[in-house]
Amino acid sequence: MGQRTTEIIVGLFMLAGLAALLFLALQVSGLSPQSSGDRYTLYANFNDTGGLAPRGKVSMAGVTIGTIESITLDKETFQARVAMSIQQDVDNIPSDSAAVIRTSGILGEQYIDISIGGDLESLKAGDAFYSTQSAMNLERMISNFASGR
Amino acid sequence: MMDRIAAFGRVGIETIASFGRASQFLAGVVGGVPKPSVGFPLLIRQLYAVGVLSLAIVVVSGLFIGMVLGLQGYTILSDFGSEAAIGQMIALTLVRELAPVVTALLFAGRAGSALTAEIGLMKATEQLSSMEMMGVDPLRRVIAPRLWAGFLAMPVLAMIFSVVGVIGGMLVGVEWLGVFEGSYWGNMQASVDFVDDVVNGIIKSVVFGFVCAWIAVYQGYDCVPTSAGISSATTKTVVYSSLAVLGLDFVLTAVMFGNF
Repeated sequence: MGQRTTEIIVGLFMLAGLAALLFLALQVSGLSPQSSGDRYTLYANFNDTGGLAPRGKVSMAGVTIGTIESITLDKETFQARVAMSIQQDVDNIPSDSAAVIRTSGILGEQYIDISIGGDLESLKAGDAFYSTQSAMNLERMISNFASGR
Repeated sequence: MMDRIAAFGRVGIETIASFGRASQFLAGVVGGVPKPSVGFPLLIRQLYAVGVLSLAIVVVSGLFIGMVLGLQGYTILSDFGSEAAIGQMIALTLVRELAPVVTALLFAGRAGSALTAEIGLMKATEQLSSMEMMGVDPLRRVIAPRLWAGFLAMPVLAMIFSVVGVIGGMLVGVEWLGVFEGSYWGNMQASVDFVDDVVNGIIKSVVFGFVCAWIAVYQGYDCVPTSAGISSATTKTVVYSSLAVLGLDFVLTAVMFGNF
């Protein structure tokens, strides 16, 4: 086979590799230019984050509007402090909204759902949610029920 | 008794010496990159032999592994009523683990053994020493293009493996078993992260490609120049490459996904 043909076939091979990389980036990992757009950070303090993990989703009315950035322990209040990065175009979350940890499905992963309040003021970058609701812990609920508390 | 102990020691020393020779050899190859005008056509020819000709086996195995993952995953996940998570299971398994590892094993069997046999035969028929006589460095002319070709072809093959596997999983999961297509892709995109999963998988395959190509060309270059020597060098290539890939995979997985 001539050198020219080999070159073309190898070129096609490398292009196939590039196409595979694009497919993995766009279709498999859902990397889209817009999703890494402008974001701002909100905080929420929880007594118990349960199985919440970084990269988990933050949603409002079932629509994903951001991701969980980090979960750290506040050493003064002994609460978990969750940082969430919210898409910039969702900039009118009422300031009395509540952050609630929910589970998708019965075995699914946990996420933060924002239940909307009625305040006219909205949360700005760096603000924290005033009211939060921790993860539902089935074991604790059953033991509370059994001991009658 | 003393003879046995001596033989045991000799094996140990021989192993260490062979590691030393392999590292020296690697330094010689990586240091001696040929001129682009000469080296590039040689690299292209080796990329064809090592990469393009391995494509068929990689695509076919990728397709079937993806289909088997789809079938197995569906059977297990439907017990929990969460068969929609099949896309995420297939994609994470393939991108993180199976694509780099299985491609490296196939690569060692398909391309690595061929490289060893080719270089070993060149040594046995004294082509390498006649090159030296003509003032051509065989490390640059013969070995370096093959090493670089393995290094470059492996990540490309692994990415193609992932893509074909994901499509194979979709064929079984969505087209045959009737998982909703939107949740197949949606769950996948929600759980696969480009940097954490895809890029780490590619890093794995780069490491495996380098190790497999290194072992293959070294075994060929270092073989005993007889037919029995070539056959044992080819066997060693496949065995050592597979062991190195599986061992390194554990180390890399612990570093990348171990969370500590």
